[in-house]
Amino acid sequence: MRPKRIAAAALAAGILSAGLALAQDKDSTSRQIERYREALADGNPAELWEARGESLWKEKRGPKAASLERCDLGLGPGVVKGAYTVLPKYFADTGKVEDLESRLVTCMVALQGFTPEQAKKDPFGGPGKKVPMDALVAYIASESRGMPMHVSIANPKEREAYELGRQIFFYRGGPHDFACASCHGAEGKRIRLQDLPNLTNPADARRAYTTWPAYRVSQGEVRSMQWRLNDCFRQQRFPELEFTSPASIALSLYLARTAEGGVMDAPAIKR
Amino acid sequence: MADPMKIRATVVGDKVEVKVLMAHEMETGQRKDSKGAIVPAWFIQNVTATVNGKTVLSAEWGPAVAKNPFLSFRFAGAKAGDKVVITWTDNHGDKRSDEATIAA
Repeated sequence: MRPKRIAAAALAAGILSAGLALAQDKDSTSRQIERYREALADGNPAELWEARGESLWKEKRGPKAASLERCDLGLGPGVVKGAYTVLPKYFADTGKVEDLESRLVTCMVALQGFTPEQAKKDPFGGPGKKVPMDALVAYIASESRGMPMHVSIANPKEREAYELGRQIFFYRGGPHDFACASCHGAEGKRIRLQDLPNLTNPADARRAYTTWPAYRVSQGEVRSMQWRLNDCFRQQRFPELEFTSPASIALSLYLARTAEGGVMDAPAIKR
Repeated sequence: MADPMKIRATVVGDKVEVKVLMAHEMETGQRKDSKGAIVPAWFIQNVTATVNGKTVLSAEWGPAVAKNPFLSFRFAGAKAGDKVVITWTDNHGDKRSDEATIAA
C-alpha cells in the first residue's frame, strides 16, 4: 500500500503546483490589465464628456429655453456635488424611484419643456453621434468623485425597488437560461481575460459600481450605468432592457445598495 | 465646430509637462457603416504647440492615432504663468486652438 500512497501524494503535489502556476499566470494577467488601466487613467477622454456635460447643464435648451441648473438630483435643486452617491432614490414630486438618467429625463421634461420621448430618444452615443445624456451623466458623476456611496432603502418604494432589483439579479431566463448571478454571483468567474466582479460581495460591488460611468476604450464612448445594464441584458439574450424602465432602476438600486460605502471614482476608464 | 481640448501644463523640475486631450473622431477610412459604405477618413493631420509665439512641438499625424487622442510631452524654456497654445488641423481643414496657463 505504501508505494501507492507515495504516488498519490506525488500526484497531489503535482496537481497542487500546477494549480499554483495557473494561479500565478492568472495573477500576472490581472496585474497586466491593472497596469494597462493605470497607464490609460492619465489621459482619460471622459474628461471631454465631463466638460461637455457641464456646459450642457448650464445651457438654455428645449422649448422653454431653460437650463438644468434648478434640477433636483436628490440633494436639493441645483445641487450636483455628491448627487450621484444618493441615487437611485425616491422623489416625492414624481412619486417614483429614479436613477440619474431617469431623473435627468424628468428635469428635461419639467424644466426645459421636452416631451418624455424627446428626452429619452438618444440615450447612448455612438460613432459620430454625440448625445447630451452621456455627457450630463459623466459631468454629474465626476462631481461625486472621492465621496462614498450612500443610497437609502428607508422609503417603502425604495424598499420595493431594492427587493425587485434583487429578484431580477437572480432571475434565470432567456434562451441561455441565464441570470445576472450566473456571471456575477460567485467568486473567480471570468469572461475572456477579464475578471468578473461578484456583485453579491460588497468589496467587489463597491469596486465595480464606483467605476461606472466609464470611458470604454474599445468603443471610444463614455458609458452610463443604464448602458451597462442594457448591454448585460443583451449579452444574456434577455428582452431589451428599456431605457430608464422601473426594472433597470430597481436593478441599479440593488447594486448601488450592495456597494454602500464604496468611494466614487467615476468616470473611470475601461478597456 | 469641434469640442474644446483639455490642456494641463505644469512645471516638472526644469521642464514643463503638457498633457492634452483632443475630442476627435479620428476615422481611418477603413471602417464600413451598417449599410456597407466606407466611412470616409477624417483625422487630425497637424498638431502644433507654441509658447510665447515660439513653436515647441510640431507633429504630423495619420489615421493610426486613436479616437479622442491624448498627447503628453515635455519641453524646456518656459516658466509658470506662460501660456501654451495647442492647435490642430484635420484633413477636412477643420481647426481648433486652445490655450492653458502653465501651473507651478
